[in-house]
Amino acid sequence: MAQLICENVIMGYEKKAVTHSINFKLEQGDYLYIIGDNGSGKSTLIKGILGLCKPMEGKISFGDGLKQNEIGYMPQQTIVQKDFPASVEEIIISGCLNRSGLRPFYTKKDKQLMDEMLLKMEILDLKKRSYRELSGGQQQRVLLARALCATQKMLLLDEPVAGLDPETILEFYELLKKLNREDGITIIMVSHDLPAVSQYASHVLNLVKEPVFFGTKDEYIKAGEGV
Amino acid sequence: MELFDKLAYYLSYPLVQYALIVGVLIALCSSLLGVTLVLKRLSFIGDGLSHVAFGAMAFAVVLNFTNQMLLILPVTVVVAILLLCTGKNTKIKGDAAIAMLSVGALALGYLVLNIFPEMVKSGNVAGDVCSTLFGSASLLTLSSKDVWLCIGLSVFVIAIFIFFYHKLFAITFDENFAAATGVKVQAYNILLATVIAVVIVLAMKLVGSLLISALIIFPTMSAMRIFKSFRSVIICSAVLSVFCAFSGMLVSIIFSTPVGATVVAADIVMFGIFALIGKFRG
Repeated sequence: MAQLICENVIMGYEKKAVTHSINFKLEQGDYLYIIGDNGSGKSTLIKGILGLCKPMEGKISFGDGLKQNEIGYMPQQTIVQKDFPASVEEIIISGCLNRSGLRPFYTKKDKQLMDEMLLKMEILDLKKRSYRELSGGQQQRVLLARALCATQKMLLLDEPVAGLDPETILEFYELLKKLNREDGITIIMVSHDLPAVSQYASHVLNLVKEPVFFGTKDEYIKAGEGV
Repeated sequence: MELFDKLAYYLSYPLVQYALIVGVLIALCSSLLGVTLVLKRLSFIGDGLSHVAFGAMAFAVVLNFTNQMLLILPVTVVVAILLLCTGKNTKIKGDAAIAMLSVGALALGYLVLNIFPEMVKSGNVAGDVCSTLFGSASLLTLSSKDVWLCIGLSVFVIAIFIFFYHKLFAITFDENFAAATGVKVQAYNILLATVIAVVIVLAMKLVGSLLISALIIFPTMSAMRIFKSFRSVIICSAVLSVFCAFSGMLVSIIFSTPVGATVVAADIVMFGIFALIGKFRG
């Protein structure tokens, strides 16, 4: 069974559609790139997948034991975070909140998970550091570690490499590739970085086309949509 | 020694003791909330809500409510919820909404007090307005009932804060992520708004509505100069705020300066010191 299924989904707000009808299925271990210009409804679709807003039409459903609040979301950075006084560990462990319910504290297991993720992201030495003093690439790793605390199955990244230098971007992509290949984590990535599509994606969703294009990377290249 | 004798003499009065207890508790609560508000870019909500509370109070006076709190508290809570929870898709953006409400409520409140001056018990509209805006000797007219109410509400605020500490951190740092991982962001925002409204209505008694912002902003900003994790900023701003409130009130008792203004002056001095230390530490 597929992990994520979108059937005839149209997203929009205030009763105005911002996307065409979207249809696709993702299996575990897929690596999907969502591409499209600004205003093509990428962020709105993400909100739909995360359950932050309802689709106007159609249905988004989950399978394979994935629950909606188990998607590891990595949002774009906000201005608020730029000078936010928070230590790296405070941020990462907040990814465990989806399991804590009303419990007002974190368990030992949460803390262990946090340490594992710090190790995996190779930022164990940053644990006590302040988030606002880190470099852009380090901050992205922290946010990725937080997302991984929330999920073992699916990551959803919203333009994660915007504003980073090419070398950091490459490192970040390799990190994602490792998570995808070795841990079998499904990855959904919203990005403007078209060259990266041919290198990392297994599937592509192009929101600009009507009907909306969904297919494997090879189909995407064959369709001559320019890569 | 004369100074200490004078202080000891004043402190033997229960009214002064009440004032100190209430003052310290309000300073504590407002500094706890201040961290979240400042970081959410809502520093001015204190100012806005206190003006709304002032407006509500003016109407309560004119409508001859025996217990003004019955009008002030619900109105302020509702406005706080509206301001905090309308989100990003509203037609009027956050800062403009706060500014409009703040100025509007202040003006309307002042207007009705002047149209119906006979309803003002003291018969002195200007004096009453001044004392609500800037705080006043009213702190020294607290009854033991007021003190217990204040203690109860403070315990409530602190308990909520401790119990929901991690969720508050999550929705302050990254509302989108928190919502995506299933935290009921809207519910916590409503809770936060309610608590803020309660604290502001309480704080009006101490420093008056104009100076509430100072209580919310200064301790947080000072703490942020030096400390770098969320928890240490909160602890530092709470300690700092209590210290400033306590010392400010003692100074105001000894030199008979206005309570609210003195406390804020203490906060400003501490901010200067912390900013300097932060600079030297790099």
